[in-house]
Amino acid sequence: MIVTRSLTKHFGAVLAVDSIDLDVREGDRYGLLGPNGSGKTTLVRMLLGLVYATKGEIEIMGQPVPRRIGQVLPQIGALVEEPAAYPHMSGRANLRLFDAAGPGGPRRTRSQRVDEALERVGLAGIDRRPVKAYSLGMRQRLGLAGALIRQPRLLILDEPGNGLDPRGIRDIRRLLIELNDTGTTIFMSSHLLAEVELLCTRVGILNAGRLVLQQDLAELQAPTGRILVDTPDPARAVALLDGRVEGRAECGEGVRLVVRYDDPAELNVRLVGAGVRVTEMAKQRHSLEEVVLKLTGAGSDEIGGAGQ
Amino acid sequence: MIGVELYKVFRRARTWISVALLCSLPVGVAIFVAVTHLAPPPGNGTAFLSAVLQDGSLYPAAALALVLPVFLPVAVALMAGDSVAGEATGGTLRYLLIRPVGRTRLLVAKLAAILAFVLLAVVSVTVTSYITGIALFGSTPAAAVGRSGVPRGGIQAGGAATSLSGAPLTLMQLAERIAGAVALITVSMLGVAAIALFLSTVTDSVLGAAFGALAVLVASEVLVTLNAATSVQPYLPTRYWLAWIDFFRQPVFWRDIERGFGIQAVYVAIFLAAAWANFSTKDVTG
Repeated sequence: MIVTRSLTKHFGAVLAVDSIDLDVREGDRYGLLGPNGSGKTTLVRMLLGLVYATKGEIEIMGQPVPRRIGQVLPQIGALVEEPAAYPHMSGRANLRLFDAAGPGGPRRTRSQRVDEALERVGLAGIDRRPVKAYSLGMRQRLGLAGALIRQPRLLILDEPGNGLDPRGIRDIRRLLIELNDTGTTIFMSSHLLAEVELLCTRVGILNAGRLVLQQDLAELQAPTGRILVDTPDPARAVALLDGRVEGRAECGEGVRLVVRYDDPAELNVRLVGAGVRVTEMAKQRHSLEEVVLKLTGAGSDEIGGAGQ
Repeated sequence: MIGVELYKVFRRARTWISVALLCSLPVGVAIFVAVTHLAPPPGNGTAFLSAVLQDGSLYPAAALALVLPVFLPVAVALMAGDSVAGEATGGTLRYLLIRPVGRTRLLVAKLAAILAFVLLAVVSVTVTSYITGIALFGSTPAAAVGRSGVPRGGIQAGGAATSLSGAPLTLMQLAERIAGAVALITVSMLGVAAIALFLSTVTDSVLGAAFGALAVLVASEVLVTLNAATSVQPYLPTRYWLAWIDFFRQPVFWRDIERGFGIQAVYVAIFLAAAWANFSTKDVTG
């Protein structure tokens, strides 16, 4: 769906994006993560033809960008940084103008398109207040409505959860999953790791303009071959397991041991059989947060001090 | 897209307020003159103002001469300066471009909206001042025409419905000449708009673009009156701004009018080309 090859962008002396090979497949829910200033927005802007690459190629739906951007964009809905609207007009008037500004779609079904888009993002009952009176969350929903109004095959969303409360975030997550189920590919950037973990099927991690990781989320979170065992009897457990214990940490009333073992059921039988009490047991998985923190440095908003 | 831009311009209160302000200045001046009957002597002050005491139907020309030097260029520079920079500042530029609206198409639509605004402003000033002129100063019937002024070449007036050169004008001729003046003024304002539009693609600051264009005009005005700058004067954007006055001579004095159209065409072409070249290759980061 989106393929880039050695995509690079210099702003003067600053290297914002450094030979990125992005691969977003059709049907993905792709989450792009990275600290502030790691190049997420510049990358998104290049995909949309707003910023021209210094080097490298972009292909979206098999078409070269920005050369064929005019054919690609009508099939894309996007949110780039904050949503924007004319503040003195109502949300509905803004959507009508936005719809009228570009190609496709007859005028006579415009009202219907606008109403449908507003309904999808939970703004069906919107009144005639001007956008300047909207809350941040309403503006975000309106921006999403703008992205959805053309029923795009690909959604490119920069921080779609911005300004939304927990319920709003859940609504949008459900909406995006529903759209994805009906064939829309979703490419989003976010700071919110938990949100990406809940929503995405594939992640890319940017650090200082480079794509340092691109993987299916399920693979990234696959069991590590270690089992976490919480026990109030750590000494007996260590003695029994003989060299398989790779780490230990205080944890509530007991101790959490990291045990190299393949089958948790078998390990449990062995421990309990030997009279070791077990309060909790789970396969160890890398959390997205661990992976992201390991792979990325401090964001550009952190200057010196205790960072890194 | 042009329709969308026109809708945006004409739905803004700002547009109508600036047109109303443009129209109200000549009305105010007319009231003062009508009450006091003190018009500047021929050849002094605003062109035509001395003539309108005798014939109100000439007042549109006086009104245009009132708004042309400052009011109109400020309004046009602000609007054209806002056209791209304002969208960039508000964040709507990126959404228009990914809608998608082609960059060239967007510029053309902006230009069309500016042209519509200029025409609206100039025509409104003309119409309201015609009505004001007739109401306050009356119109001398064409039969009374014949009193000839002394042609002295400068700006001065003879009698009623009379050209600057003293020969009488029929109502039809007057209408044609006002239309010609409106055309030249509109083209002159397009020159201003082209400069402001170019600057608007360079900076994301509306005020920067508008004031930049006004700075060009002020500099040009300074040089126009400077004898030492005679060699560059024919190429200055404001040099032939007042050439439309020549439409009211009998016969029409075409030389400066033609040069006025010519120089504005060159300015419009150059700055629109520059605006296009800059905008179509620019990284939109606003």
